[in-house]
Amino acid sequence: MSTKKSFTISVYTENNIGLLNRISSIFQRRHINIESLNTSKSEIEGVSRFTILVTMTEDQVRKIIGQIEKQIEVIKAYYNTEDETIYQESCLFKIKSDLLFEERQIQNIIKDSNARIVTVNKEFFVLEKSGRRSEVDLLYRELSVFGILQFVRSGRIAVTKNAMEVTKII
Amino acid sequence: MKSETLKSKEILESKPIKISGSEAVVRSLIAEGVDVLYGYPGGAIMPVYDALYKYQDQINHVLTRHEQGATHAAQGYARVSGKVGVAMATSGPGATNLITGIADAQIDSTPLVCITGQVFSHLLGSDAFQETDIVGISTPVTKWNHQVTKAADIPEVLAKAFYIAKSGRPGPVLIDITKDAQLEEFDFKYKKCEAVRSYKPVPEINKESLQQAADLINNAKKPLIVWGQGVILGEAEKEFNAVVEKSGVPAAWTILGASALDTSHPLNVGMVGMHGNYAPNKLTNECDVLIAIGMRFDDRVTGKLDSYAKQAKVIHFDIDPAEINKNVIADVAVLGNSKDTLSNLLPLLNNNSHSEWLNEFKALYDIEFDAVIKGDIYPEKEGLTMGEVLKEINIQSAGKAAIVSDVGQHQMIACRYADFSQTRGNITSGGLGTMGFALPAAIGAKMGDPTREVVAIIGDGGFQMNIQELGTIFQTKTAVKIVVLNNEFLGMVRQWQQLFFDKRYASTEMTNPDFVTIAKGYHIESKRVTKREDLSAAVEEMMKSDSTYFLEVCVEKEDNVFPMIPAGASVSDIRLK
Repeated sequence: MSTKKSFTISVYTENNIGLLNRISSIFQRRHINIESLNTSKSEIEGVSRFTILVTMTEDQVRKIIGQIEKQIEVIKAYYNTEDETIYQESCLFKIKSDLLFEERQIQNIIKDSNARIVTVNKEFFVLEKSGRRSEVDLLYRELSVFGILQFVRSGRIAVTKNAMEVTKII
Repeated sequence: MKSETLKSKEILESKPIKISGSEAVVRSLIAEGVDVLYGYPGGAIMPVYDALYKYQDQINHVLTRHEQGATHAAQGYARVSGKVGVAMATSGPGATNLITGIADAQIDSTPLVCITGQVFSHLLGSDAFQETDIVGISTPVTKWNHQVTKAADIPEVLAKAFYIAKSGRPGPVLIDITKDAQLEEFDFKYKKCEAVRSYKPVPEINKESLQQAADLINNAKKPLIVWGQGVILGEAEKEFNAVVEKSGVPAAWTILGASALDTSHPLNVGMVGMHGNYAPNKLTNECDVLIAIGMRFDDRVTGKLDSYAKQAKVIHFDIDPAEINKNVIADVAVLGNSKDTLSNLLPLLNNNSHSEWLNEFKALYDIEFDAVIKGDIYPEKEGLTMGEVLKEINIQSAGKAAIVSDVGQHQMIACRYADFSQTRGNITSGGLGTMGFALPAAIGAKMGDPTREVVAIIGDGGFQMNIQELGTIFQTKTAVKIVVLNNEFLGMVRQWQQLFFDKRYASTEMTNPDFVTIAKGYHIESKRVTKREDLSAAVEEMMKSDSTYFLEVCVEKEDNVFPMIPAGASVSDIRLK
């Protein structure tokens, strides 16, 4: 109960202006850092889904879920450990095009990492990679040796191994 | 201009009619049964005020002297009547001035609907005159909030606002309406809100939990009930009384739970918490089953959590699932509205009495009486005490009055010593501890139940935090009784400075104006008492007066409130001096 670990919080909500502020203020008020946050539509029409990654104790996350569910426009909130979810992150690298031709090793890195080239032009090419944080981090380390013009990583997105029976609620 | 009169029913049954958004606001309020609201006009809300003018015989707008006063008045109204309190303000500073009252209502679960004007929607985000992001600002302190930019959304949003404010665990809702939405015309039709799909106000009762709770209570040797405002909010006083009497369990109250069970009830063992009674605090750590009903284990109630009721099985009745296991782990949690849970619990309980256990409370009461209460209520020293003022008020009110207290020493004394024989009698700022609450809240309380005597008990510090509301009282001729217990100090802070900061009285002594002269300036009948021999007659005169009355009692400067659980200490470590 008292050891901190990584939890993925999934929140099904109405799609309303201001709800992001309302949910994030629950974390802010308790001085909790959100490691990543993603909002998107969900499998249910008109229902949004927040995916929030936090590190805290299970006792804390349980209380946070209570506070989130209390919000009027929140339909249901869940928390899951890493083992209970299938999760991915995406990232984009912008790299000088010269390197692609001059540094043979870059081509090997791309191949080995299962990264995908999104676009290439004279000046730069863009590489996309989806996977676990560790895979993204590894690719970052390998490419940073050659110089990265821009890098961006998405928040975690995750689905759970168990069913989330939100449709039963609404 | 002729004033329109409309009944709620007429609006609900009427065919769509073309009106402006501002008139729709007023008609929506009437449809919700609102007869009084508190507010302050300004640029961005002027169209709604213009519509209010048209319906002034139907809906009474009370002009407070500050928007904070409007929210506290609406709170007082809601707390006494059980209805939703309504406050209104303009954009910018008008809206931000509402925030303290909204935060107070949020933490004390008071149903409020606050309506603010907002700049034209095309100006949103442009730093327009009197523009603030009030929806953003109020988010953490509202149960729900929403900005309306189209007139057509007004009826549905207001219907939802009233539904959310009142249902489940009540709370404040803020609706921000842009000026163009107020001016726009549309086909108005009103329908009350009955459900919101993402919101389940009352959880279903789990029969198994209820049975487990009953078994624990039936088998307990030393059970203790601690009840809170949930009993009053659920209108479950009758059911609660029946549960207490059938189970024979001693019952103690949190500050907001006061008056749900008569003070004189033989099973009422007093107040828990920092300045609560000696017996229920001490015996919290000796009971075998702790039955929490509609209370949230606030830190002012529990003291140090690590040593709070660790020996006891805890049963927690609450309507809000987020309260379960928040501060104290419950062995059995019973979710639901208190009226339903308690009426379902009653048949499962055995007729019981716990006379030996009750005697332990009596023995500790006697200790507290000798050490504290006697000196507070029947002082032999020269200076007047706050406690003896309460004693005189009790003699006159017979526990029927609504006591509206501010925050500080006088509040603790009022809650400790006021007699309550009628529910919704203790109106105070519990969770937020908002100084300046009482004077405006008393206005709302009196309007919420004009037949009831309303006595505001205020310190000299808190009185000056919203003293401008004397103007509202004067203008509306609201017959509240205002008692200022003047010790020329911010007394509670001074007490802490004495006990924990080596008597370093940093910024707590006050040089006060002549309060009686100020009250006279508002043409309020007033009197000052400085001697014990004058007290009784003055209180009697005040209580017998049919109009507003102001009484200043100059009390001992450096009296302390005891018992006291020092901050962070265990309830067992409650001090008598």
